[in-house]
Amino acid sequence: MTVLTLKNVSKHFGGIRALTDVSMTVPEGRIIGVIGPNGAGKTTLFNLITGAYRASAGEVVLAGKDITQWPSHRIMRSGVARTFQNIRLFASMTVWEHLLVAQPREGGLWRSVLPIGWADAAAKARAEDALVFFGLEQYRDVIARTLPYGIQRKVEMARALTAQPKLMLLDEPVAGMNAEEANDLRALFHRLNERGLSILLIEHDMPFVMTLCHHLYVLNFGSLIAEGTPAAVRNDPVVLDAYLGTEAA
Amino acid sequence: MSTYYAGLFADIGILFLGAMSVYIILATGQLSLGNAGFMGIGAYVASFLTVEMQWPLTAALIAAALAAAAIGIVVGFPALRLKGIYLAIATLGFGEMVRSFLLNFDRMGGSGGFHGMKHVSLEYIWLWGGGIFVLIVLLERSRLWLEMRAVHDDETAANLVGLNTTATKVGAFGFGAAVAAVSGGLFAHHHVYIEPGNFGFERSIDFVLAVILGGSTVGAGAVVGAGLLVLLPEWLRFLADWRLAAFGVLLVLVLLTRRQGILDRPLLDKLSLRRARA
Repeated sequence: MTVLTLKNVSKHFGGIRALTDVSMTVPEGRIIGVIGPNGAGKTTLFNLITGAYRASAGEVVLAGKDITQWPSHRIMRSGVARTFQNIRLFASMTVWEHLLVAQPREGGLWRSVLPIGWADAAAKARAEDALVFFGLEQYRDVIARTLPYGIQRKVEMARALTAQPKLMLLDEPVAGMNAEEANDLRALFHRLNERGLSILLIEHDMPFVMTLCHHLYVLNFGSLIAEGTPAAVRNDPVVLDAYLGTEAA
Repeated sequence: MSTYYAGLFADIGILFLGAMSVYIILATGQLSLGNAGFMGIGAYVASFLTVEMQWPLTAALIAAALAAAAIGIVVGFPALRLKGIYLAIATLGFGEMVRSFLLNFDRMGGSGGFHGMKHVSLEYIWLWGGGIFVLIVLLERSRLWLEMRAVHDDETAANLVGLNTTATKVGAFGFGAAVAAVSGGLFAHHHVYIEPGNFGFERSIDFVLAVILGGSTVGAGAVVGAGLLVLLPEWLRFLADWRLAAFGVLLVLVLLTRRQGILDRPLLDKLSLRRARA
């Protein structure tokens, strides 16, 4: 079963070719990594999948449906959730409110206009779960933007999780974190994965990617230059070349 | 209560509803400087229905609110393409458009105004004011309001966590317009005479001012703002000709010390805690 498939996807901004003919698949229950030097088109890829950009060519297929032209909110309601490279939390909201706001509405509009405490015990239970899962209990009623960087990242992931995704897109989840915090997150991702969540992540931290992902794609200048298991990619001369450059260029 | 204070409290109720209409739209990050336009629509539709069609006032107000909501939604769509100061100017243009339409609309008196409405009591005005206030306070605890705040804080992120930001923003315009229309209908039946000049730019500014002064992040701010905006110039009467200048100074001082307005969430929590302990 495939959660996400990209078929020959390209994205041009005027004359700039940000992505060219990229194809990849995320099978269900797998953790897939996308690596590549800065400017390789990794975040553009995420923006295409989530509908923030429209593909210039190609198809994005989510659970068998062509979502290439769908608006973002519809894609995100169809089982995709994401985090951002530059954390994007809501400035006025507490951690708790972040865990409620992204949840799919149940029971239509009328229920969403009632106070959450009256109307939506299930939503509160889900928020509570996410709070505990990411160990955020002590920050529950704090304005999220005032928290330390590492905690903010966790709030963002918790918010994404409450949307009940099948596929989670993580844009540099351990950027700026120390080894201990990264290990902590890796354990959380493994646990989420065991619950059946598929993960597609962009990351620069190579040890992190190599030990977490089942499969890797390597982007350079908007094109896929390699794919395979972490072990295979690590020793691929094309990849080494892209990262380190060759002497006789 | 003296008729003097009864008049003032009626004005506060009407201004409060107008301020609320701005607050609702502002909750999604959109600043409207044209809500007097919606108020005018409400005033004229409600007056037409009570005077010419002999509708009961409550039914006329509901019909006026629905009519204004429909127009608000229509205005909300082009507003999607505009942000910040540009949106403010466009809505200002809408308000002026409504005013000049009414000025030329001879069927309802044009520049001569329109009268024949029956006077409403202060209690009736505050029945609406209180009802809508309770509605908003409850709504502020709802999912829908949380989604509106998300759109206010970061529209792109809101969209990318699965929220339909278009529906939220347009819906807020419709809802705000409906509340402004109720304000207008009550205004018409309190003053029993309306003319297009009642619904001009200054009125829109009053609404925004009440929200900014009272506190733009909580609904209760609109009550405080409307109260101060009506009562302060009265209390400053001893300053005679200088009272509006003094009022302006006070306004600047408040905003310098509390940019978010007099009331905000932390202050409300503190007040309600103290009440709970006592």
